[in-house]
Amino acid sequence: MAAAAAVLKQKLGGPRQMKNMKSVYLLAVMAMLLVFSAACGNKSENGAGGGKEVSGSIKIDGSSTVFPIMEAVSEEFQAQNPDVKAPVGVSGTGGGFEKFVRGELDLANASRPIKDEEKAEAKKGKVDYTEFQLAYDGLSVVVSKENDFIDHLTVDELKKIFLEDGAAKTWADVREGWPKEKIDVFAPGTDSGTYDYFDEVILEEKPMRRDAQLSEDDNVLVQGVTGSDKAIGFFGYAYYQANKDKLKAVPIDGGKGPVEPTAKTIESGEYAPLSRPLFTYASNKAVKENEAVYEYMKFTLENAGELAASDTIGYVALPEEEYKKQLDKLDEIAGK
Amino acid sequence: MALIKKETVRKRMGRRIAANSTAKGIFIAATMFALVVLAVLLYRIGSEGMEYLSLEFITNFASRMPERAGIWAALIGTLWVMAVTAPVSFILGVGTAIYLEEYAKKNAFTRFIQINISNLAGVPSIVFGLLGLTIFVRLLELQRSVLAGGLTMALLILPVIVVASQEALRTVPRDLREASYGMGATKWQTIRRIVFPAALPGILTGTILALSRAIGETAPLLVVGALAYVAFVPENLFSQFTVLPIQLYNWTSRPQEDFHMLAASGIIVLLIILLIMNSIAVYIRNKFHKRF
Repeated sequence: MAAAAAVLKQKLGGPRQMKNMKSVYLLAVMAMLLVFSAACGNKSENGAGGGKEVSGSIKIDGSSTVFPIMEAVSEEFQAQNPDVKAPVGVSGTGGGFEKFVRGELDLANASRPIKDEEKAEAKKGKVDYTEFQLAYDGLSVVVSKENDFIDHLTVDELKKIFLEDGAAKTWADVREGWPKEKIDVFAPGTDSGTYDYFDEVILEEKPMRRDAQLSEDDNVLVQGVTGSDKAIGFFGYAYYQANKDKLKAVPIDGGKGPVEPTAKTIESGEYAPLSRPLFTYASNKAVKENEAVYEYMKFTLENAGELAASDTIGYVALPEEEYKKQLDKLDEIAGK
Repeated sequence: MALIKKETVRKRMGRRIAANSTAKGIFIAATMFALVVLAVLLYRIGSEGMEYLSLEFITNFASRMPERAGIWAALIGTLWVMAVTAPVSFILGVGTAIYLEEYAKKNAFTRFIQINISNLAGVPSIVFGLLGLTIFVRLLELQRSVLAGGLTMALLILPVIVVASQEALRTVPRDLREASYGMGATKWQTIRRIVFPAALPGILTGTILALSRAIGETAPLLVVGALAYVAFVPENLFSQFTVLPIQLYNWTSRPQEDFHMLAASGIIVLLIILLIMNSIAVYIRNKFHKRF
């Protein structure tokens, strides 16, 4: 007890103790200051500019597939209009619509058209909207460059390869004359829009075979498919574009003969059923009342095609007149 | 009569030594496994990320052009969120711990709270994100702001801080409190001048480790509405924002190789921040540890 009291005395009044405590507080205060000064010090960085450009902020969210287009549009638009804030979120198509129908967003990006339930919600939330098409995304079915027996696949053959029910065990089960060897299947993870899309248009919403190797990381898929000449997989057209040297895209026969995915066949709709349009949904109210949203949308329709088709994004632009038509539609909503 | 059956001992010796070295081997393998994974990770990130790592990478905003892309908005966004999370979680967490350890009666109700706090520490982070979305973003109408994100993160790490602080408070020797009371100090004086300073190193260590976890979280902030492309830094607590892990996640999900390299560079920056924070924790622990 006496010993403890002695320690205690030191604690209560000892100079060393006070110094230690002070330095802790000092440290804490300094750390805080550092954080705040770092956070506050740079706010005026992008406020320069001015002129006759519009100002304001735009709320954009939705599909991660559409994201690269909108990121590019935002970047270019803000370079011209430094007073506009146009950040882009990636809540996913469904997550974006969920916010959009509550009136929390100006633009909702989507890799599929709006669903009926979502339309009903939008009506309830009194959100009038207009659908705009930005570009096409093609889904590519790929095999290794070493694979020499696959020249094309029909939708039925795709079903045989990818479906859990009645799955083909070997390539010979898919088409006669193909090697009697096991099929290695690689596919994007179930959370991805790409999986949903494939599941819907090819598998008719039935489950994919259980021994398929799923990965959210498309690089894993690329490596898996390049690793074996008996492997097959699918992912977005942009991914195929970026890995063209390692992979072979399989021409798909959707009923009118085999078609290979190229910018041309995707744009013309020939590459069916594995190409899909990418959308953004604009709130009519925002377009009418917020000059920044109108200008942004206009800029998007004028530039989305070129940006989407660039190397770093890799989608396919719509035909020129489609954008023109949509620009007219935009002016109509805005009353200009 | 011999106390030790030498024959039996000798016979078993070989097996015992073998068992011993097997166990040792397993533990070394376990340690090496973690080390090798870490080494591979560091090597991959280092070799991929060095190319884009530069001052411009830190001070530029995100861009669709890999060579112009940077992490400024994400970095500053992370600091802003932490500036909200750190004080809120520290004050609430330590307050709760002091109440539970020093004031609360040891009854069924306290035990109930205790169990719940421990359970909360194991709840998946996305659940906290949904909570933040309902309460902060929609109910309190904070929108998709730094404040909403920071408060959600504070909730996420609160249980960890409470548990760590309680642990730290419990290690303060009983003699000290008794002696303090013996000298006529009130309970509040004792807590403020004796118990809290003595427990502070432990509390700070726990807090910093919890904050390190918060810095790496993506899921809850995505739900709350942190954005992925932001070309401005937050101006105040109600600004929209993005954070480092979201920017990194976004880059890794792009098909082009260059963006993966950018992500690796971002990971290096994130690792450096975490390393600094953990070093501070270690420093504090060493400096104030052996006081009793």
